[in-house]
Amino acid sequence: MTVNLSLVVVIAVLVACGVTLVLERSLTRVLVGFVLIGNGVNLLFLVSSGDAGRAPIVGLGDGPMSDPLPQAMALTAIVITLGTTAFGLALAYRAWQLTGHDDVQDDVEDDLIRRRAELDSTSATFDESDEALPDEEGSDLDEEAAR
Amino acid sequence: MIDQLVLLPVIVPLLGAGLCLVFGRSAQAQRAISVVVLLSVVATAAVLLVRADHHGPVTVTVAGWPADLGINLVADRLSALMLLVSAFVTLCVLLYSFGQGIVEFGRESPLSVFHPTFLVLSAGVSNAFLAGDLFNLFVGFEILLASSYVLITLGGTEARIRAGTIYIVVSLMSSALFLIAIACVYAATGTVGLAALAGRMGELPDAVQMLLQLLLLTTFCIKAAVFPLSAWLPDSYPTAPAPVTAVFAGLLTKVGVYAIIRTQTLLFPDSPLNDLLLWAAILTMVIGILGAVAQSDIKRVLSFTLVSHIGFMLFGVALADPLGLTGAVFYIVHHITVQTTLFLVVGLVEYREGTTNTEKLGGLARSAPVLAVMFFVPAMNLAGIPPLSGFLGKLALIRGGVGDATPLAYAAVAAALATSLLTLYALAKVWSRAFWQPLEDGEAIEEPAPSEPRQRSGGSLHGRTGVSTKTEVESSWQRFVHDERLPMSMALPTLALVLASTALTVTAGPLFSFTERSATEMHERTPYIQAVLGDEAP
Repeated sequence: MTVNLSLVVVIAVLVACGVTLVLERSLTRVLVGFVLIGNGVNLLFLVSSGDAGRAPIVGLGDGPMSDPLPQAMALTAIVITLGTTAFGLALAYRAWQLTGHDDVQDDVEDDLIRRRAELDSTSATFDESDEALPDEEGSDLDEEAAR
Repeated sequence: MIDQLVLLPVIVPLLGAGLCLVFGRSAQAQRAISVVVLLSVVATAAVLLVRADHHGPVTVTVAGWPADLGINLVADRLSALMLLVSAFVTLCVLLYSFGQGIVEFGRESPLSVFHPTFLVLSAGVSNAFLAGDLFNLFVGFEILLASSYVLITLGGTEARIRAGTIYIVVSLMSSALFLIAIACVYAATGTVGLAALAGRMGELPDAVQMLLQLLLLTTFCIKAAVFPLSAWLPDSYPTAPAPVTAVFAGLLTKVGVYAIIRTQTLLFPDSPLNDLLLWAAILTMVIGILGAVAQSDIKRVLSFTLVSHIGFMLFGVALADPLGLTGAVFYIVHHITVQTTLFLVVGLVEYREGTTNTEKLGGLARSAPVLAVMFFVPAMNLAGIPPLSGFLGKLALIRGGVGDATPLAYAAVAAALATSLLTLYALAKVWSRAFWQPLEDGEAIEEPAPSEPRQRSGGSLHGRTGVSTKTEVESSWQRFVHDERLPMSMALPTLALVLASTALTVTAGPLFSFTERSATEMHERTPYIQAVLGDEAP
């Protein structure tokens, strides 16, 4: 099996552009990124089917046929990508409707807990008598230094 | 003829979903259809289980293509067991959702998409469990993911859109990786049938094998939420409605674990990556549970314990011997029931109190004793208190780890024990804060104000089911708060699951011997390969 180099280069470019877009915060760009990656992967199926031949229909002519199975898989993948992209666009539209943008936000609860850790606050059940002991991270020292 | 039964768990829910859409205007008809469909799936799964146990794997080659080219559905012991447990749990969650539907939006639910989507999800899960080739496994994943996208953003509120976006982006990434993996597998071997691959994979050079294995493992580890790839789960699950979170927590990650077990045992039996998997298992267990300890919202605590306990199953798989696999399969059964039950119970707490934040809850053991017992029993089960099934599952895994007797396996045993203790700590904290300790009214808990005051109660406010967004202001759900009586239609399915998860202790003997047979079958590989390929098998 020989591999078509131009096909591989196209796949590489598509997937690389796709990954760059997926790393963005805006959902619309992320979706465009996934469309690019999806197209790259579909081309990858063409590579995996081996040498190109005539259309895989029996009795249409002579010569080697191309492998129909990866084509069937790529077709299924295209349909699935279409569906999920449509759903994602609806989602981006809904986010825009609600907030005026479609950027993916950080988790509020996560943020709360992170801030609680920064404040070094204690829970309701914390034993006060232990408080005199310096804690392991040495944040008490910082406070003293600040004073 | 009876072999054709394998098709039913996939086809019947899909047809049912179509019927539900036809009867979209009548909540009654939708409910009746959904219940009948899921009951038939449970029955089919039970028949398949018995048949797979007595006569070996049940297979169907769809449309009569050769087994290495066409689509196969295979129900061996593992698949049939997974199918039965998942169908039973799905049915209970469905019944629970009826109660929530009636109570929260009157008899005519505005969400006519819920039932069809739920059935499609069930079809996707069944298809993933029964798939006999990688591409069909991918299609199964896509079916269940597509319907989970709809379910997780149900109602389209701001918080759910945010959580859903993260979930969808991560899932799309894993789907793209899975496709790349399938294309590479096909390029290397010329087939995607699992049974055919089992023979051909060994002929490949070691480096190619490892590449394929890493691609597949990365994909499945994202779906199963294994540590470095687990951050999406606690972020996205808690915002969904209670029945949706429950069924996701119970089933979706386990489908990933199932895929790991299937590919590891069938395609890569002498895997060089088992040490890597053990490391992943250790890190998943420990880091997951440390996350749970830090949380104050019950739903988030449970989401982190879910991640953590995926590590236990991975531990069993990474041992790659029948003993470890026995433990892993038993643990999956235990964990599906217990985790779903806990999320449903938390749904009841939320229904009753309007919040799942432990800092705002208190004294539930006195004011709602039945609810408290329904939380306590599965919580202790999850932590692994003897004689409950969590203890038995952990014991089996630890026995497997000690039997392996490598330093890394001992480290994993230590991590498993520490994780059990920390699980007990995290759940005991929830218990004492929300259920045991009386609620002190005057006590204002100092909490840094979040940027948006509307989301002040975090997972709880936007956790309400289905109320359409534009009307979702605090007053619209305030009227449910402090509802003293639990609706029977929600409490009974939860109670059934609590009983089922406790009953696993009583039936542990037969279940263990079954999982042992299943593990031996997987370890031998030949029953599966011969059932699919027939005489062509080498």
